[in-house]
Amino acid sequence: MLTRFGREVNWGDFVFRRATALVATFVIGALGAMAVAMVMGSWESIAKFGCSFLISSVWDPVRDIYGALPFIYGTLASSLLALAFAVPVSLGVAIFLSELAPAWLRAPVGFLVELLAAVPSVVYGLWGIFVLAPWLRESVEPRLGRWLGFLPFFQGPQHGFGLLAGGIILAIMITPTISSVSREVLRAVPSALREGALGLGATPWEAVRVAVLPLARSGLVGATILGLGRALGETMAITMVIGNRAEISASLFAPSYTMASVIANEFTEATGRLYLSSLAEVGLLLFVVTVLLNIVARLLVWRVGRLPLEGRL
Amino acid sequence: MFVRVKMLAALLLTLAACKGSRPADATAAGDGGTPGPKKDETVSLNGAGATFPYPLYSKWISEYNKLNPNVKINYQSIGSGGGIRQIIAGTVDFGATDAPMKGDESKQAPSKLLHIPATIGAVVIAYNVPEVTGTLRLAPEALVEIYAGKIRNWNDPKIKADNPNAKLPAKEISVVYRTDGSGTTSVFTDYLSKISPEWRAKVGAGKSVDFPLGLGAKGNEGVTGQVKTSPYTIGYIERAYASQNKLPMIEIRNKAGKFVAPSTEAMSAAAASVEMPDELFVSLSNADGDAAYPITSYSYLLLYENAKDPVKGAALARYVWWGLHDGQKFSKALDYAPIPDKVLSKVEAQLKALRSGDKKLLSGS
Repeated sequence: MLTRFGREVNWGDFVFRRATALVATFVIGALGAMAVAMVMGSWESIAKFGCSFLISSVWDPVRDIYGALPFIYGTLASSLLALAFAVPVSLGVAIFLSELAPAWLRAPVGFLVELLAAVPSVVYGLWGIFVLAPWLRESVEPRLGRWLGFLPFFQGPQHGFGLLAGGIILAIMITPTISSVSREVLRAVPSALREGALGLGATPWEAVRVAVLPLARSGLVGATILGLGRALGETMAITMVIGNRAEISASLFAPSYTMASVIANEFTEATGRLYLSSLAEVGLLLFVVTVLLNIVARLLVWRVGRLPLEGRL
Repeated sequence: MFVRVKMLAALLLTLAACKGSRPADATAAGDGGTPGPKKDETVSLNGAGATFPYPLYSKWISEYNKLNPNVKINYQSIGSGGGIRQIIAGTVDFGATDAPMKGDESKQAPSKLLHIPATIGAVVIAYNVPEVTGTLRLAPEALVEIYAGKIRNWNDPKIKADNPNAKLPAKEISVVYRTDGSGTTSVFTDYLSKISPEWRAKVGAGKSVDFPLGLGAKGNEGVTGQVKTSPYTIGYIERAYASQNKLPMIEIRNKAGKFVAPSTEAMSAAAASVEMPDELFVSLSNADGDAAYPITSYSYLLLYENAKDPVKGAALARYVWWGLHDGQKFSKALDYAPIPDKVLSKVEAQLKALRSGDKKLLSGS
């Protein structure tokens, strides 16, 4: 605070402070401008459909009737499914790399996991069409249908393309994000705690459970949220495998549709003001859903961070 | 994939041609006999629109640039809807669309936009039924019922009736449609609407429609991929994708009662049997004529009748003239059919009427 301009002249600090403040304001301004532009773009649709846009399942460009519920459902369902697959795997990877793996193995395995993040999403999509979906159709879905078919999640025709394929693709795509952030979080836990636990006779598993995980909790939740953010916004890969049907079905085999997908699919060819406006409103909803989930995530991180730290053996 | 390679090759050719030195006096169109003036100055034209004729247009651009290195044409295949939006906004010099503009779209344009039919394409029904070795045939009513979810299995009597010798399995038909808005979907649903009043009432025709059942795949390549990898699937795609991927195509019974395969000859026959009205756009689906393939369509260029910039306008008019004459010979190799002669004479009259202010663009003024 002593270097404030005017009292103690330090041009470097002055310029630096102003420049960073400008950049920070720019981000907030861009966010605000985006929100305003989307509300303006979707105004016609908001005025015409009001709340029914959120609860209607009809998406019919021929008759100019639009409802976004199937897209909201598809986005949330595919992302949560992806988290269900990716979180255990990612935590396993992170714990292995930070706590258990021999030192010579950590760098190469970590590098390979992060390499998954560098694969373009259209490549995942093609892999989904030519490898994943046929495999799901031939091997996985018939077995799930036979053994777990009494549950509504595993009923109906088995195409390979659908919510399950979408969830798996997303899970693979967000695993590197979650696992590399989690690994950094675990590494940040002071070694003295591990050594203390081991010194008291804990097994490696007990040391992780008692000494490391409780301290890393809020960071791990944060890592998961980062992954969720990526899953919500992913467009190309999931469009190629999810089946793109604006329907809500409990079955994981059934085709579904996401908000990002419908915008990518229909915007280029959309004509007519109401149609374009409705697509803009889907974009606005995606924005709102993302912001809401981030708020929830912040609260969760804050709440988890305040839980008592003791672990029990 | 192959189309992509061709596009890339065309692009590289365009780039290579750009680098070449400029001849003293570039000749305009060849045999077409363009009456327009010759220009030495470099003109750059921007166009945007339909993806479906893109391979042909990019071939035209590269060939035309070899003849006229001073005319640089850039075409972005952003989709028909985008092409219509951009030509109305005036951000491009020409647009391109598969489905003609609707009345309310034309009204948004600042001045009169012309449809110029530039090429003819077909939508084919590709299928994957491992048991069937010959070519499947379908009545149009059966096709509608498959897409409406009324015919659910491959061994349905309505399919069997036209394929008495085929080994049709008792398997469920997996229906695939284009999920991204596309001229392909527009042409296909326009056909289904003509066949079935019920389809017209319940689903209708358009670039994106609410299909009663099936899986949505992204792009021609997505539908092609699903049909190729999933047995018992049926899907509609542009002819080029089916022929390059060696997918079997259904022979559809046309209005005259004949089963016709989607050959370029059958596409030309469809165009020849439909009278072209003066506004130069017309649907070719369910055309009359023994040899006509029923799911055929024109693809259009969109030009302002009154060009803002006379230099650009003249260059564009000459390029389009060339495309409709010399450019047509590239059609067949790329799975399109050339514009029939009697339609061409109508288009010629329209092109000669292009103007900038009161100056005709092609009259050699």
